[in-house]
Amino acid sequence: MKRKAGSSVCFHFFAGILALIMLYPLLWMFSSSLKPTEQIFVDAANLIPKEIHLENYIKGWKGMGGISFGTFFKNSFVVALFATIGSVASSSIVAYGFSRIKFKYKNFWFAVMMGTMMLPEQILIVPQYLMFKTMRWTNTFLPLIVPFFCAMPFFVFLNMQFLRGLPIELDEAAMIDGCGKLGIYTSILLPLTKSAIVTSVIFSFYWRWQDFLAPLIFLSEPRKYTFSVAIKMFTDPTVQSDWGAMFAMAVLSLIPVCLIFLFFQKYLVEGVAVSGLKC
Amino acid sequence: MTERKRRKRKENLLGYLVISPWLIGLLIFTFLPMMYSLYLSFTNFDGISTAKWIGLDNYKRMFQDEKFYQSLKVTFTYVALLVPLRLAFALLVAMLLCSKHKGIGIYRSVFYLPSLLGGSVAIAIMWGQLFGADGAINSIIRMLGGDVTISWIGNTKTALLVLVILGVWQFGASMLIFIAGLKQVPVTYYEAATLDGASGFQKFRCITLPMLSPVIFFNLIMQIINAFKAFNESYIITKGGPLDKTLFYALYIYKQSFEYFNMGYGSALAWVLLLIIAVFAIFIFKSSDNWVYYETKGD
Repeated sequence: MKRKAGSSVCFHFFAGILALIMLYPLLWMFSSSLKPTEQIFVDAANLIPKEIHLENYIKGWKGMGGISFGTFFKNSFVVALFATIGSVASSSIVAYGFSRIKFKYKNFWFAVMMGTMMLPEQILIVPQYLMFKTMRWTNTFLPLIVPFFCAMPFFVFLNMQFLRGLPIELDEAAMIDGCGKLGIYTSILLPLTKSAIVTSVIFSFYWRWQDFLAPLIFLSEPRKYTFSVAIKMFTDPTVQSDWGAMFAMAVLSLIPVCLIFLFFQKYLVEGVAVSGLKC
Repeated sequence: MTERKRRKRKENLLGYLVISPWLIGLLIFTFLPMMYSLYLSFTNFDGISTAKWIGLDNYKRMFQDEKFYQSLKVTFTYVALLVPLRLAFALLVAMLLCSKHKGIGIYRSVFYLPSLLGGSVAIAIMWGQLFGADGAINSIIRMLGGDVTISWIGNTKTALLVLVILGVWQFGASMLIFIAGLKQVPVTYYEAATLDGASGFQKFRCITLPMLSPVIFFNLIMQIINAFKAFNESYIITKGGPLDKTLFYALYIYKQSFEYFNMGYGSALAWVLLLIIAVFAIFIFKSSDNWVYYETKGD
């Protein structure tokens, strides 16, 4: 009994220290956002600000060149919202096709799809940029939204993992009752893969929210910038280097992701585990 | 036509109809751009004037391009340091969290959070300041009595290391996968080993590792690929500096394509990246027969 208590203390000691190290950078960012800029780098390690200053948030929110972070926030939200709707809906349907319908060369196409997951986006970004420029799509949100209506391999895979767990007898029973192939999908399987859908929504939203390379290349006018591109531009020494305001906006940009984490942790954990396990 | 054949044809058609969103996307947003990029890699193209066919010149140019070698060296070093460190750390912590103690769930969440936030611009910007000359890391070292004034990201010896640490800090996702994998190892295996007098390390080497090897394999492939593609870190934190010590390959592609407007050369570089990734993936797949253990399943 005594030994058990000892091992428990030992565990909490090490795990606690590790937790502190892991959280330190995040706490530091948050506390720096509450300090006046000239204080941030004076006594940097100190996590507790002498007094709490909210000016950084007010100053930072004003943004740059007369465009407030409200605009960037809205842009990011619109892009993430529509891209998520598109990718989740299309991926769910495609997953149904791959896991429940028999068609020619299915395995070939599936292999191609898994292969594209390994494709470096660097190879696509130049030609896509040129393509979108000819289509006059650059500097609009279209290149950041439309491609996602064409299903994302990761989410297709995720949905297939969940569909695999549903017995095929379910489909057969529905068929006997006169349900068509698409009816099986919409009225039987779709409701049962709810957790796969929720997981996809969460992952998609937060990936699109944090996306940086694509908006950096496809958007040129500051008014169209997403939040992530905007904070990067905000740190440019030519604009200003008000680190307090900078940290404040960085904290704000993480809030949606943190909220998702707080409320949907179960789905995140399950999603990571399922997609990484059964390969 | 027999009834059966007709039904089969109908199902074929339906299948293609259902996966058509992906097929269309594959054609328009992946396949055509890839072919276009392949074509561009044989041309001299600044993005505005017409592309001029120059054959293999872009590929020949790489052999004389010192920055190309530098970016390869940086990227390989980054991959070689980051991937093993992150996976080892993830496995270690996963095993720690598989013990039965109170509060495991909280630790798991805390360890996972950095990996969720880590890819964002905000974290990258913060990381640069954290390891700056007047950042919190130096401040802590000074508090402990050390005397440091260097900027970790401005120093040629430590800059890449700072980026590796940022990557290792994000071990959480792999940790979650390992935890899930560890939970699937039957407890009876360990019990039997204990009865036979196996030590903790023997159990780890002969039970845990083989049972986890499929999971490790999948993680290894994905992590290596992602590490080769890494861009944000060097673009935001160091801009490739100091003295190109953190010039990631993906950043070099970006610079050639969108800063120097050598889109032909940039495309050629991208194809070489694809080739490198493919070679690695094939190598790991081939080697997997020797070290990945699949339990023969009854079902």
